[in-house]
Amino acid sequence: MADPKTFNIEDFVPRDGQERPRYSAKDFDGDVDPSRDDFNEGLTLPDINTQPMFINIGPTHPATHGTFRVYCQLDGETVEKAGVDIGYLHRGFEKIVEIKQYNQVIPYTDRLNYCSGLTNNVGYCKAVERMMGLEVPPRAIMIRVIIMEIQRIMDHMICCGANIVDIGALTNFWYFFNAREKLNDLLEALTGARLTYSYTRVGGLAWDLPDGWRDNVKTVLKGIPKAIADVRGLTQKNRIFQDRTRGVGVISQEDAMSFGWTGPTLRATGADLDLRKVQPYYGYENFDFDIPVGVNGDVFDRILCRIEEMDESLKIIHQAIDMIPDGPVIVDDKNVVLPPKQKVHTSMEALINHFKLVIEGVKPAPGRIYDAIETPNGELGFYIISDGSGHPYRIKVRPPCFYAMNTLKFLIEGGMVADIVAILGGLNVIAGELDR
Amino acid sequence: MADKQSTQHDAIVTALKSRFGEGIIDVDRAFGDCTFVVSKSAVHDVLAHLKDDHGFNMLMDMAGVDCMNLPSYRERFELNYMLYSVPNNVRVRVEVPVPELDMDVPTATDLWKSANWAEREAFEMFGFNFVGHPCLKRLLTHHEFKGHPLRKDYPVMAGQWCSSTSDMTEELNEPK
Repeated sequence: MADPKTFNIEDFVPRDGQERPRYSAKDFDGDVDPSRDDFNEGLTLPDINTQPMFINIGPTHPATHGTFRVYCQLDGETVEKAGVDIGYLHRGFEKIVEIKQYNQVIPYTDRLNYCSGLTNNVGYCKAVERMMGLEVPPRAIMIRVIIMEIQRIMDHMICCGANIVDIGALTNFWYFFNAREKLNDLLEALTGARLTYSYTRVGGLAWDLPDGWRDNVKTVLKGIPKAIADVRGLTQKNRIFQDRTRGVGVISQEDAMSFGWTGPTLRATGADLDLRKVQPYYGYENFDFDIPVGVNGDVFDRILCRIEEMDESLKIIHQAIDMIPDGPVIVDDKNVVLPPKQKVHTSMEALINHFKLVIEGVKPAPGRIYDAIETPNGELGFYIISDGSGHPYRIKVRPPCFYAMNTLKFLIEGGMVADIVAILGGLNVIAGELDR
Repeated sequence: MADKQSTQHDAIVTALKSRFGEGIIDVDRAFGDCTFVVSKSAVHDVLAHLKDDHGFNMLMDMAGVDCMNLPSYRERFELNYMLYSVPNNVRVRVEVPVPELDMDVPTATDLWKSANWAEREAFEMFGFNFVGHPCLKRLLTHHEFKGHPLRKDYPVMAGQWCSSTSDMTEELNEPK
């Protein structure tokens, strides 16, 4: 055991710019002369198989966190070539929504990125509302901001926790999931569900906050920094963690943009592109928060960016929770919102209104719109075309991890097999969103 | 901010109209967005011009549309490119009408790397043929799947039985 006084943090920071040595069977080719006497004695180097080996990682592999297939050509432990196949969770989201009404699409959006369903709900509703020119009440907007930021923390907890588990550190996962459980309880009290929330409606929210929810949020938020600090303490300066993540899956900022990366994965390369700052919506410009950016664009930076973002989300929630104004949580527009049940039973107009809305649905004017929000993974865009009927003519989702996954082949080629899972986890690929 | 984006849109519209003339069929400014309807022959030049001279360094998304049930349309299919410029913080959309009988569209993979999978998806869902794409294979659907599921004449409930495993040599050998 080394003297604790000689401990120096510099020793634990990997050599910058220095490539880790990578040996392959080919390096030993030709080193041995077959005419030598000892050639056939025991195991000699030419016995090592230098044929490329082909393996499948996935479609069902515990480290892929979803169903997709990576087909690799290996030379020893080095990935020479790789092919990526997705679509194992393709459920035809874009086809099925064409026969649904606008409000009936919301439960389907939950199943896109199932780690942060509420963010997808909000993103979809925001696009439809902008298309219809609806002014969402300020109370609904503030609640949407709070639930989106709670979901951001939860999504990052899953992503970072799982990513660190994949490279061999299990404890962090439990630290994060203890805290996440409490956040989940909060959302359960609010929406009644723990995974597929479907809490928003076109025009606002399904219902108001339950009694005492704001105080509960404040109590729960107090426990989150501890979880983050615990994980930081176990990872950030950990030699093994740094060796597994620093310099792994490096991408330049230019390439990342060309590949269509957004969100924390892009910010890890140093670009401060965050739609909450550059194209603010929902009053994000009024909150005091920062955008953490990385330097090297490797897995280490991606994980740290996410962890820093949790802190920033906490800041936003702390500010927003005291700013929730009073008022309705959904627009007062009889073409969009169902009348109160009591009126349906007592007034003819309300009954007809109810009937028409249920049978025909919300009807935006003909037109097309592309609207995007910043989800935990990056830019989630909805391209919606309306033909004036109650059903969307076409909805195209822009899932952030689809474009990150496109890059996987280029990130893993030339690296080690063990790095595949580290890179995959850092991209936070959610199969539901990837395959739609 | 919306005003700033609108001014930038004005400048791009003027620049593109003077440069491409007939190639720009129409400009749509609904909802504060800016959409150029571009003829198929000019699309690659327009995209390259937007990327090189106007700083549109990100291709955010590509969306095919089957217009056969819309009240009015130019051609049966159209292809939408959602572009975003990080330095100028502005978005535009490029829309290309594509006739049913000639679905060849020049690939954008030489401009943005994100076009690779986006084009594969548009190919399998609608049948666009991207000329010059390095590996134009089905991506989300099974490799034995017949037809193009997001076309309006493909029934919503139609299922297909696909059973064999794909050998992934083409993806494996796709150039880096």
